[in-house]
Order: sequence, then structure tokens, then C-alpha cells
Amino acid sequence: MNAPARLAVVGFALALAGALATAVLDLPAAAVDLPAAVAENLSTSGVEHPVTAVLLNFRGYDTLLEIAVLLLALLGMLAVAKPEAVAPEPSAADPMLRFLASVAVPLMILAAGYLLWAGAHRPGGAFQAGAVLAAAAVLLHLAGRLPAWASPSRMLRLGLVGGFLIFLAVAAALLAQGALLRYPPAHAGALILLIEAGLTLSLGLILAGLFLVLARRPASPRAGVGEEGKS
Amino acid sequence: MTPGLLYALTGIALFALGLAGVILLRQTLRRILAFNLMGSGAFLVLVGLAQRGGVVDPVPQAMVLTGIVVAVASTALALALARRLAEDGHEDG
Repeated sequence: MNAPARLAVVGFALALAGALATAVLDLPAAAVDLPAAVAENLSTSGVEHPVTAVLLNFRGYDTLLEIAVLLLALLGMLAVAKPEAVAPEPSAADPMLRFLASVAVPLMILAAGYLLWAGAHRPGGAFQAGAVLAAAAVLLHLAGRLPAWASPSRMLRLGLVGGFLIFLAVAAALLAQGALLRYPPAHAGALILLIEAGLTLSLGLILAGLFLVLARRPASPRAGVGEEGKS
Repeated sequence: MTPGLLYALTGIALFALGLAGVILLRQTLRRILAFNLMGSGAFLVLVGLAQRGGVVDPVPQAMVLTGIVVAVASTALALALARRLAEDGHEDG
């Protein structure tokens, strides 16, 4: 791209930023008082934290579709990965890193369990817990304790889709109530905890998979020939 | 100016920066990063605008939480596609 064109792009971006900033500064206050509406209905949502209530009760269908999008992304990644790419053998990592992983990972799993439980009444929940689980898996991979994914085994596939299936089953069972994902207030807390527990496990596996599928190395033709020669 | 408004304006700056990056940069990896910057800017605008009155609104926070996870997924898919392109020899300059 030549210099005038680059300048034009920079000018366009600056003009857009200026226009957006003007619009934001001129924006009138919101016509609908959403925080008040959430606070009003919080007592029937089954949880005490407003963000969790919005995520899993008031706008539960967003979360249902979100986990479907995550699954689709992982399926897409598995589809475009080269079939002959092999999971590399866990490399001998730094002993410090190996020690850190063995100390930190049990604590991270504990923290994920706490975050899942805490989500009902303070910041936390399935997404944060799933992210911590995925980070533990990535740490294990970097420490050479966990190989990259070649293709998910049957158990792993079940774990990947389990959260989505539980969510879908709850949604289908509640469809008789007349609206998608309207929980009966008496059972809302237990249902949300069930969905969140499934989501935590599946999200952790899917997020870890997004990293571990990319961590595969393409089988270099020379190494493949050498291994065949040996065997 | 409330802190919420400051966050929204920062988000706009990030969005414009990311947009310029998506158009100007040639390498796929940098474009993906710039695209992520646009997304982060949009999230910051959403959260910042919602609390410019000083009251925290849980609805945009939940939206952004959903958005972050979807952004992670789309980034990973984009990286997988970029990697496959590179492996098949369509390396762009």
C-alpha cells in the first residue's frame, strides 16, 4: 500500500474515532433502567449475584448459544487442522516449570471449584472457573506433562459436548413453561448450579482444546521417514 | 467526565486503532491481533457507557463476558485457518 493510501486510512480511522467520541459524549441517558429491572427480579432468579443472574437466568439463551459457538469453533479448528499433524511427545521442560505445574495445578483446580460455587453470590461463575481449568491444562502442556491433542477420544468428546447437552436438556425440559429457559423460582438455584457445573467442565476442556489443537506440530516429512526406518 | 465515560472513549480509540491495523497490516497474524483490538475496544465502550452514570449495569457486563469468550473462540479459529494457510504454502508477505 502506498503512502497516500496509508495516510487516507489513518485519516479515516481518526475521523471515525472523532465521530464516535462525539456520539458517545452526546448520548442521552438510557431510556430503560436495566440495573433496577435486574435488582427487582434478582430474588426470583435463584442466585444472588446480578451478573450470574443475567448470564444464566434472564438471558440464558445467550449463554446457551455461546457454548454452541465455542463448540463450533473447536470443531472448525479440528476440521482445518492437517490430519497428518502429530501430537509431539511431551518435551523435557525446565525442572522449575515442571515443579511449578505440579504445585499450581491442584490449587488451580481448587480455585476453579471455588469460583464456580462463588458465582451464585459474588463475582465468579462458570466462565471464570472454566478459564482457570483451561489455564491449568495449558500450564501442564507447557511443563511437558500433557500432550497436544491429535484427535479427541470418545471420553474427551463427551466432556466437550457435555455442558452444552446438559444446558440443552434443561432448556428442553423447561420448554413446557411457555418460554425458553424460564426456571421455576423454587428450583432455579439448583438448575443454575447444575448447568454451571457442566459448563465449567466443558468450557475448561474446550478452551484448553483451542490451545492444545493449535499446539500440534505438523509432521515433518523427514522425521516421519526416520521413524519408519527405525521401526 | 466520569470514569465510565473515560473507559468508553478509550474503547473508541482502541477500536479505531484496531480498524486501521486491520486495513494497513499485511501479515495474517497481525491482522488477527488488530481485529482483537477492535473487539476489546467495543467491549470497553459497552461496559464504560453502561456505567457512565456511576451505577454498574450487570446486563452489559454479562454481554461482554459472553463476547470475550466468543472472541477467544473466533481468534482460535482464525489462528487455525492462518496456520493451515501457512502450512499449505500460501504465506503472505
